[in-house]
Amino acid sequence: MIRAVGIHLEEIIDLVNDFDKILLAGCDGCVTVCEAGGLKETKVLGSALRLHFTQAGQNKMIDETTLTRQCDKEYVGLLRDMIDNYDAVVSLACGAGVQFVVDMYKDKVVFPGVDTCFIGVTEERGWYTERCQACGRCILADTGGICPIARCSKRMLNGPCGGSEAGKCEVSPEMPCGWQLIYDRLKTLGQLDRFENPVDPKDWTTSRDGGIRKIMREDLRI
Amino acid sequence: MRLQYPPDVRIIQVPCTGKVDILHLLTAFEEGADGVFVAGCLEGDCHFIEGNLRAKQRVKRVKEILEQVGLGSDRVEMFNLSAGQGGRFAEIVREMDQKIRELGPSPIRLAKVKSTGSRVEVAA
Repeated sequence: MIRAVGIHLEEIIDLVNDFDKILLAGCDGCVTVCEAGGLKETKVLGSALRLHFTQAGQNKMIDETTLTRQCDKEYVGLLRDMIDNYDAVVSLACGAGVQFVVDMYKDKVVFPGVDTCFIGVTEERGWYTERCQACGRCILADTGGICPIARCSKRMLNGPCGGSEAGKCEVSPEMPCGWQLIYDRLKTLGQLDRFENPVDPKDWTTSRDGGIRKIMREDLRI
Repeated sequence: MRLQYPPDVRIIQVPCTGKVDILHLLTAFEEGADGVFVAGCLEGDCHFIEGNLRAKQRVKRVKEILEQVGLGSDRVEMFNLSAGQGGRFAEIVREMDQKIRELGPSPIRLAKVKSTGSRVEVAA
């Protein structure tokens, strides 16, 4: 799932300072799971903003809501009945959600409430690590199910590099070398012959190099 | 034990401080509390293993938030004591009461011109 962290409170205070009626819109999807932009985080932000503006003598209307998802029109559309009551919206969804609110309510000021970080997993509650960079052409079948694009600091296709030492990446002593992980995994699987042949350069046109991406599934469209 | 402690304290009982949420603490301030303290069991003595440790983290987070919104982090505290330490409880209430009196009334309450009649909220 997408992982995000809340934007620093003081930054959000600055963003909404000039507005009197503010809607905080959380998302029940990924940002709820990583506890960055769900109902609870939205209510905490609302409470914090009310405390700030009340003690500063500023009377603002700050309300909270959450949508099942902010990346689907059906749910973002549910804001239609209430959004005109507000001068600005802070969306605590991922960057996609924020932009979808902008798309659907073109005359409304919309601010992001979280920093969208990566596609990752929950190691433990409050500890998330990256697993996928959505490059658009999965190579996990060739690398023992461990992605060198997401887990090698250099995104190398033929690693490890000289910066790999004792299983760690030169970037940080705590960071596992992605290619060491791949090597260990392929060794376990008895597939070390994979290292006999260098891999050809990756086609990055399916990633950001190909411009803005879209998926068109004719089988799902009427 | 007939221990004396300041009367302007409202005790809110919860089964374990692990039940105390960031939102509970923030809401108390929104409602006009001058200060809040969470009284948890001694660390290592939680019946639910880590309830008081969770509360400690949440109080720490609320301190950060209060600092960022301009109320100051000193209005919320966490103390650890056992159910057998009634004397210590009274001492903590006096300590907290004194500290909050020095900080003065909550700017939120002043701004709202609303008196709740209590100066210090306690979650135990």
